[in-house]
Amino acid sequence: MASDDIWILGITMTKFGKHPDKDVVDLAAEAAMGALADGGVTMRDVGVLAAGNLMGGGGIGQQIQKQVGQTGIPVYNVSNACATGATALRTAIMAVKAGEVDMGLAVGVEKLAGAGLLGAGGRSKSDKNVYAPSGRYGAVGPVDGRIGTESMPGVFAQVGMEYGHKYGGTTFELFAQIAEKNHAHSTLNPLAAYTKKMTLEEIMNDVMIAYPNTRSMCSANCDGAAAAVVVSGAKLRTLSLEQQRRAVKVKASVLTTDPWQEACQILPDVNTLTRNAARKAYELAGVGPDDLDLVELHDCFATAELVHYDNLMLCEEGGAVDFFKSGATWRTGRTPVNVSGGLESKGHPISATGIANIWEVCHHLRGEAGDRQIEGAKVGLAHVIGLGSACGVHILEKSAA
Amino acid sequence: MAKQIPYVNYLVLGSNPHLEANECTACGARFFDRRNACAGCFGTSFRKVEVPTDGVLRAFSIVTFAAPGVQVPFVSAIIDCGGTSVRGNIVNTPPDPDHVRLGMKVRLTTFVAGTDDEGTEAINYGFEPAN
Repeated sequence: MASDDIWILGITMTKFGKHPDKDVVDLAAEAAMGALADGGVTMRDVGVLAAGNLMGGGGIGQQIQKQVGQTGIPVYNVSNACATGATALRTAIMAVKAGEVDMGLAVGVEKLAGAGLLGAGGRSKSDKNVYAPSGRYGAVGPVDGRIGTESMPGVFAQVGMEYGHKYGGTTFELFAQIAEKNHAHSTLNPLAAYTKKMTLEEIMNDVMIAYPNTRSMCSANCDGAAAAVVVSGAKLRTLSLEQQRRAVKVKASVLTTDPWQEACQILPDVNTLTRNAARKAYELAGVGPDDLDLVELHDCFATAELVHYDNLMLCEEGGAVDFFKSGATWRTGRTPVNVSGGLESKGHPISATGIANIWEVCHHLRGEAGDRQIEGAKVGLAHVIGLGSACGVHILEKSAA
Repeated sequence: MAKQIPYVNYLVLGSNPHLEANECTACGARFFDRRNACAGCFGTSFRKVEVPTDGVLRAFSIVTFAAPGVQVPFVSAIIDCGGTSVRGNIVNTPPDPDHVRLGMKVRLTTFVAGTDDEGTEAINYGFEPAN
């Protein structure tokens, strides 16, 4: 229920000063857990988390979740220079004011007093290279490549392989056929980074990056941007008929993070949070997967697209292989997926993708997609997922005007 | 014998090398790193538990492109060790799809990953095929 009546229930600050034996998440966790305790509530009661940390590498909200409670709620990582903390609080307040949640948590944290690596404190500088355990795993050297892979192609290759282990039917060739579809689709998209058709043989014989993902099965690194203007219905009704006719209704706009499950620290669980976001989106929109005329989903790698057929409930649970093999996800099928060419062929300029795939859906809903138009498109779904993690799902509907 | 230290602090060396996890005393969730609270139930009490050294391979990738300094190709693996998921490399077998198969049985093994200027050896772990 939307409300202008907002209160601060619990609040904490840590001692400010030098904390060489605490990392940034230790401090954030101390503040977050302190505020929750001060308010007499737990993470179970919190519906949204907004967090800010300027010096870190990003994703502070998800890092905090892992240390205080990984419940799958939307996380907004915010940045506004010195106003970051206030921005985090403002974001949580907006969600409560809008009536989307009744309780939000805001956290701001910084480590500016030196590196403060765990285990390295007190050691004198030496010219020699000596092993010094650091970080929460006490690693003496880089972990990537020594204990599994942290590279995106490898992580998402494992995601696809995990699906195969669970349900069977996945082969190198099957995953390559998904890339074949997307490269074929992109030949009709003048805005795609790559518009060349590729045969299955060319894709399978391309440079192997992380089996079973070859180079052409990986999202294309490129430059790009996308933007969108959103208005209220009340505002839209004051505008021209043409503007009203071309406006696309946002039937659902959902953000989730990954709730904790046993293996999520070992291999990111990209499945549960996508399924949660999709379920909520279908519920808010009042539509089901069968109502979708097109889907633009996050094929960061061909191995990822397969699992998202299942996660977005485009097929029955465990049925993604058969679903793809039926031809359903080609532009001629009953659930066209990535008619733009997807991330593999259209490209993936990271921060732009989430709005760019919504643009593709809108383009079809407006009837302006020319050669690649999905005839009679009325409802579409756009999905993105970022590791850490966060998943956004939007369901869009053609204007009735 | 040279001084040895584990590559990561959750590898326990000795006559019976094994991985050790921090187990939440309230809900049993296991974590390999230091935690401020349990991500699953928010509890703040943990105990050390030994993870079984035998497991089943449930996902893998043969990585051929990696950051500078990483020896490629290598096999990144997700192993189910008696209900606890573990990350590691598959070692002591050719890194190709003929020798690495989903569902294969593996066991923990250790090896010298490097030596520093004081002669200390860093010992890392991996998983090798078990018969």
